Amino acid sequence: MDHRLSEEYEALRATVEEFAHDVVAPKIGAFYEREEFPYEIVAQMGRMGLFGLPFPEEYGGMGGDYFALCLALEELARVDSSVAITLEAGVSLGAMPIHRFGTEEQKQQWLPKLCSGEMLGAFGLTEPGGGSDAGATRTTAVLAGDEWVINGTKCFITNSGTDITGLITVTAVTGSKPDGRKEISSIIVPAGTPGLTVAPKYSKVGWNASDTRELSFVDVRVPAANLLGERGRGYANFLRTLDEGRIAIAALSTGLSQGCVDESVKYAHDRQAFGHPIGANQAIQFKLADMRLRAHTSRLAYYDAASRMLTGEPFKAEAAMAKLYCSEAAVTNAREATQIHGGYGFMNEFPVARMWRDSKILEIGEGTSEVQRMLIARDMGLPEA
Amino acid sequence: MKIVVCVKQVPDTEAEKRLLPDTLTVDRESSNPVLNEMDEFAIEEALKLTEAHGGEVVVLTMGPDGADAAVRKALSMGAHSGILLSDPALAGSDAVATSYAIAQALGTTEYDLVILGSEASDARTSLVPAMLAERLGLPQLTFASKVEIDGTSITVNRLTDYGHDVVQAQLPAVVSVVEKINEPRYPSFKGIMAAKKKPVAALDVAAAGIDAALVGQAAAATTVVDAAQRPPRSAGVKVTDEGDGGVKLAEFLSAQKFI
Repeated sequence: MDHRLSEEYEALRATVEEFAHDVVAPKIGAFYEREEFPYEIVAQMGRMGLFGLPFPEEYGGMGGDYFALCLALEELARVDSSVAITLEAGVSLGAMPIHRFGTEEQKQQWLPKLCSGEMLGAFGLTEPGGGSDAGATRTTAVLAGDEWVINGTKCFITNSGTDITGLITVTAVTGSKPDGRKEISSIIVPAGTPGLTVAPKYSKVGWNASDTRELSFVDVRVPAANLLGERGRGYANFLRTLDEGRIAIAALSTGLSQGCVDESVKYAHDRQAFGHPIGANQAIQFKLADMRLRAHTSRLAYYDAASRMLTGEPFKAEAAMAKLYCSEAAVTNAREATQIHGGYGFMNEFPVARMWRDSKILEIGEGTSEVQRMLIARDMGLPEA
Repeated sequence: MKIVVCVKQVPDTEAEKRLLPDTLTVDRESSNPVLNEMDEFAIEEALKLTEAHGGEVVVLTMGPDGADAAVRKALSMGAHSGILLSDPALAGSDAVATSYAIAQALGTTEYDLVILGSEASDARTSLVPAMLAERLGLPQLTFASKVEIDGTSITVNRLTDYGHDVVQAQLPAVVSVVEKINEPRYPSFKGIMAAKKKPVAALDVAAAGIDAALVGQAAAATTVVDAAQRPPRSAGVKVTDEGDGGVKLAEFLSAQKFI
């Protein structure tokens, strides 16, 4: 029983910490202000191998695992969530479905570039009419000869409109099952396919240096061989993708919580009021103690979920609990960090202001807090209404 | 081509550093030990040279127990093997003794080129590279901001106050590099995993053929007699502009001999 990091995990964590501190922190504020995608920083993350962390070396990966990815996400998000979500979505939504469900040919075609960070992948699931209710998918794909013809709209799709976006995996209704339910499949759509329109970037509250778009598909034709995984398994495959993604979001949330602690402790030392640093006030000390407690507990929660996943145990409930706890803790820590910073916390140039803006989405993306509570309750086998 | 990069483990550059009151040597316990930043540029340059010309990179460090972390970091960046020179007799060695010890340790391996960072962030003397070249009887090309190798000839841009000199020598040679030279890579996870399996040879003074009487604090040519805490930063001078602000500013700068 040991939840502390091995030497290799610790070396990775320390490397990403150094990168986040030296490269991301000084530059990201300006990108965020301009709502600009930080191509150079993402390229450097690619050269460090971050996009290949959980993939085998034969596909250009680093031969690590999903927990290694989580450690990198935590350290990036300590400094900035935009680059962290770019990595999270690129790996766990863009590349992972191809690695897990793709044919050998699809893996050879896409993974090396996705692992190196030269290319980003996106996952198009959410539609204007439904997020958590994934079964309500309206986008359709009809097999016409040896091509899929796709029609529909996807929204809030991360990494889908950058200059280096190479593919978007979309879920679409491809028929109906014998029991009348929709048959949903995943299909790879290369960026730039005629009929695919990428809308301008959304104006978002947070994550402003990340790329989020609405996509429309009008008679988009791709080869039949672009089907990802078995036909009709699109929804089931996607659920597995989401279970893992929740651990990643929990790690990212933990980073944001810790970043709030880091910034607030610094500020509590420096900021003078009534003749002493505000950190000498018990009101501030107690806030900081609670914030550290939340960051620490968050870390244990996602380590536990990741550990169960890596050993092949069931982890659905633990992933939901980690995601729920860590995201709510992050929102609380961001609010408290802003409070400690006073008026400066409301100024965009202070990192905590960015963290405050970036925190709320954590309770929404990859399954809302309400969905997590549903999952946790369902796991206890409670009676149904 | 075989390149040896000499690295040093130093107290964290960003941490407050102090001297131990009894020995007046650096308190290594009070801050995290890290790989000297300038040495990362030396490692990067060695890796780039071997990537271009073939060959291998050996990392050599002299330091206390635990200094192997600096070697591991270099190995995770891509260096091929390491040498750790560690012995209680070496503790407190000054630059003269250090250059001797490293020269002896280098005698245990073959090399075409030795690269060092131009200074360590703890002592900042920049003495060891030049002394090492003298010890080895090799050409020294210090403060390099660019290195080119053509066959057995090496050319570097040597940074000066007014620009740079272009200096050339025949290999083997000793080069020290400055931060301008490149952008060190971050270790990848693959590199971190691979570093575990790379060989690191351990040397003590006997194995390196070092005369213990010539190293360590007792043999140091210089002694730190006294040390005092840096005085707290003074408040500075406030100039209130009453129409003569420019003149007062000029007077201040003149008094400080800036103008």
